[in-house]
Amino acid sequence: MPSVVVDRLTKTFKVPVREEGFVNSMKALVHREYRQVEAVKAVSFALEPGEVVGFLGPNGAGKTTTLKMLSGLLHPTAGDANVIGYRPWERDPEYLTRSALVMGNRNSLQWDLPVADSLDVRKAMYRIPDTDYRDRRARFTELLGVEDLLTKPVRNLSLGERMKVEILAALLPAPPVLFLDEPTLGLDLSMQKRIRSFVAEYAASEGATILLTSHYMADVTALCERVIVIHRGSILFDGGLAELGERFGGGKTISVTVAGTLPSLEAYGEVLEASAGKAVIEVAREDVASTAARLLADLDVQDLSIEDPPIEDVIERTFASGDEPDRSSEDAATS
Amino acid sequence: MSMQRQAQYRGAAFIQIVGFLVEPIVYLIVWRTVAAEAGDINGYGVDEFTAYYIVWTLVRVFNLALAPGAWDWWVSSGRITNDLVHPVDPYHRNIADFAGSKIIWILLWVPVAVFLAVLFRPGLSPSLFQVVMFFVAAWAGYVIRFNLLYLLGLMSFWTTRAQALVDMVVAMELLLSGRLVPMAVMPEWVQAISNWLPFKWTFQFPIEVVIGRLTTEEIWRGIGAQLIWIAITGVGYSVVWRRAIKQFTAVGT
Repeated sequence: MPSVVVDRLTKTFKVPVREEGFVNSMKALVHREYRQVEAVKAVSFALEPGEVVGFLGPNGAGKTTTLKMLSGLLHPTAGDANVIGYRPWERDPEYLTRSALVMGNRNSLQWDLPVADSLDVRKAMYRIPDTDYRDRRARFTELLGVEDLLTKPVRNLSLGERMKVEILAALLPAPPVLFLDEPTLGLDLSMQKRIRSFVAEYAASEGATILLTSHYMADVTALCERVIVIHRGSILFDGGLAELGERFGGGKTISVTVAGTLPSLEAYGEVLEASAGKAVIEVAREDVASTAARLLADLDVQDLSIEDPPIEDVIERTFASGDEPDRSSEDAATS
Repeated sequence: MSMQRQAQYRGAAFIQIVGFLVEPIVYLIVWRTVAAEAGDINGYGVDEFTAYYIVWTLVRVFNLALAPGAWDWWVSSGRITNDLVHPVDPYHRNIADFAGSKIIWILLWVPVAVFLAVLFRPGLSPSLFQVVMFFVAAWAGYVIRFNLLYLLGLMSFWTTRAQALVDMVVAMELLLSGRLVPMAVMPEWVQAISNWLPFKWTFQFPIEVVIGRLTTEEIWRGIGAQLIWIAITGVGYSVVWRRAIKQFTAVGT
């Protein structure tokens, strides 16, 4: 049985609008205008226990709004959701104990007190048994490498250090459902890697269901086999990363290095890069083999490699595609 | 946790306590002067005014609660999100937070009170019963005031301009709670109004318990009135909170 079922979830905000200028601001005193903004439009999907799913979309797509509804912060305008047997916006304390929302670059710990004191507060707040608390605190502290930080006030930590202890605190209750909203935002590469490996380890050891949003594709490729792409409030795609590449990735890229002067390669495909002796061309997937064979036959090739386009390019194309929303995911969630 | 936090900033907390003294000392000096010249005013003479305003300083510490203005920032900055994801209601967290802070503030108030007592010689001699009931009334007054200000703060879920309403309520509190002057000094019709509002039970009542202005029966009736106001404001909070959270748009970063 899925741990998360989202059924045509919708969120519409009423936003005041006003033209610029003094006259219009005076008009607004007596006549206010509003418009409805559909942040999330009838979104449906289901997550199985233990799945780590990337939830991708450009800024303003509706990712965070969806996460906020699923974590109980927002009431939806329409639709329904069931997360581990609870309707999130009813805010059952038991549900709030068993789910966690971690948002990047956010501080929820006691600013003036040592980290360890904040962890003790979490233990009390979430009624974590002593043995479980000691065990998880020791294990997570070691995994995240934050032993030296426990006695420091939170205000004295760097951004990366704070994020690590925030995640540690959020996972102390061992929630079976975790919503991660850009957890590596603003962190350096080594911190990002640390947090990724911790999340992967947590998901594997606890069997937690994780829905992750991130603009760093390295987070997605490292943690997720499945992605849901949302654009303008609607789901564009729901499936495997490989399938995303096939559907929206366009072709594959062929990098070729030749001896001597590089001739024009327009006849072989779209030239993405060209410099002395080396070029990168994009070719339709079905033409990769034949194009590679032609290059090898026609040119004095010293090196040739075939790759999928970078995931960032695939995502960018997905956002820009303007495809109709993917209805297959809705059918799967409601069948 | 809030006690630990206040203990981190003991200097700031002490300065804050001292800062609270300006208001009552002004009232104290003014009314002692008036009473010295005009004599007893409805049972309040120099000694009574002195006792009233010195105890006032302690009741003021008890009365400190989450300012409605904090909600504006809390909601518009998105900081409230951090609290809403936890299984502890922000109401419980905040009321406990302020209650814990008061322990440190009261400890820091003691030297201040000793100083004022030496300077002004209030002539207080409450019985054990009055002292005990004072603390009961002071804590109950805190809960009433906390609930009232909390309810005002919840307006931030509907408007970012609740300050006008807050200012009006604060002005009413100033006049009708005994904070500005003992209510006995006010006209009869003002006293009648204040009896039906919660403000007097947050300020004047605890003070009068310990300075000996009330009989035992009046003390128990006053505690009863406080319990009724706690119930009214508590129910009000429950109803408004449920609506507020539905209204919440989780703005902010």
